[in-house]
Amino acid sequence: MTSTLVVSDKRPETAAFRQTVAAGEPWLHEVKAGSTLRIVDLEGNQAVDTLFYSLADPRERFDPQRTLRRQKSLYLTAGSVLYSNRGNAMLTIVADTCGRHDTLGGACAQESNTVRYALEKRYMHSCRDNFLRACAHDGRLSKQDVSANVNFFMNVPVTAEGGLTFEDGISAPGKYVELRAEMDVIVLISNCPQLNNPCNAYNPTPAELLIWD
Amino acid sequence: MNLLLEETVPGGGHTSLIVKRGQSLRVTDLHGGANVSVMMVNATEKSERLNLPDSLKCQHTAKLTAGHCLYSDMGRVLAAIVADTCGWHDSIGGVSNADEVFERYGSGRYQELRNAFYRNGTDNLLVEMSKWGLTISDLLMTLNLFSRVDVSDDGTLSFVKGNSKAGDYVDLYAPMNTLVVLTAIQHPLDPNPEYSPKPVKLELSEADPGVAEVCRTACDENVRGFINTERFFL
Repeated sequence: MTSTLVVSDKRPETAAFRQTVAAGEPWLHEVKAGSTLRIVDLEGNQAVDTLFYSLADPRERFDPQRTLRRQKSLYLTAGSVLYSNRGNAMLTIVADTCGRHDTLGGACAQESNTVRYALEKRYMHSCRDNFLRACAHDGRLSKQDVSANVNFFMNVPVTAEGGLTFEDGISAPGKYVELRAEMDVIVLISNCPQLNNPCNAYNPTPAELLIWD
Repeated sequence: MNLLLEETVPGGGHTSLIVKRGQSLRVTDLHGGANVSVMMVNATEKSERLNLPDSLKCQHTAKLTAGHCLYSDMGRVLAAIVADTCGWHDSIGGVSNADEVFERYGSGRYQELRNAFYRNGTDNLLVEMSKWGLTISDLLMTLNLFSRVDVSDDGTLSFVKGNSKAGDYVDLYAPMNTLVVLTAIQHPLDPNPEYSPKPVKLELSEADPGVAEVCRTACDENVRGFINTERFFL
């Protein structure tokens, strides 16, 4: 699947929900089947780490490997269907002005930061802290449910030799991705606080979330 | 190499075992063209699980081969790939479920086929994990030993035939007590229209910790990963 930029005809002023999430904050919200969620990269090259769960049974969740092999492509873009670990379609990407979103890079965590950067980086804020904090307060989710996530707006290409690279420059201020829910879902986001990676120019920025019923 | 256990897993079979700290598990493709789907957890704290995204990004690789470590979500090394004659193990394809196996191979019930019935990787791993109290929530991204999936510039995935030959093996050294759950089952992107999973041999042995140096010193990240792992045993 080659990336195809698809612009949405939805107007922000008609959205039923609209919220800006600051860098480094979690966001947990329900999106009902048939509703559309837009995630906007307000200032460009921000990683929006996102997990999806079935509202009816939160043990059913986004399955990156099934999603990739069913579309026979590594990257998510307009037309991609996000499948669950039970094989059901959860959401479809219906608009995308960025063109490519990562599923291999996962989320930053205190522990992986110690491996990637330095042992003393352990005390910096991380996406997994956000996920776990949101799970702990919500009550329906726990660490067991935190699996491999989508990194919206991140470009993590695989080379012909099997290398994994973190490239920047594919997203830009105002670029967005829009997903139509195919089932009632819980969306769990960490607006990534990573300060050690050049992919966001060491500058985490806000994201905007809009929902149309 | 002090051999502790030798066992053949038939094509379609599933098993699990704890590879204790300092032991090594050799998996050998007996006939060529095998695929082994693998999930791992910390045997003593099973909420700590194999995290392929963390493993891939910290080593800047999508393929896995000798010199690479398989990391848990806690920044520790569940297993180090200390030897590999195959050269490429896949992190992308995952495991099929029953519907995908039916779509690809058609009906293959126990009623007619007895123990040659068509199994699938998801159920095989779930059954084996359930024996240890693990659930579908613990089935994260899986590793596929002996398989290779190439990614083109535009992201298209293609299964590479003939990646593993008869006799190819991979050695997984455990710097901590690691529960390994595996199944010898066809890769989901293997275009072979026939259901024909291949057998593999497992050999568990005591290992000299020095064998892991090739992984520990492969990059600064792995040096720190081994420090994190050692600290679990203080």
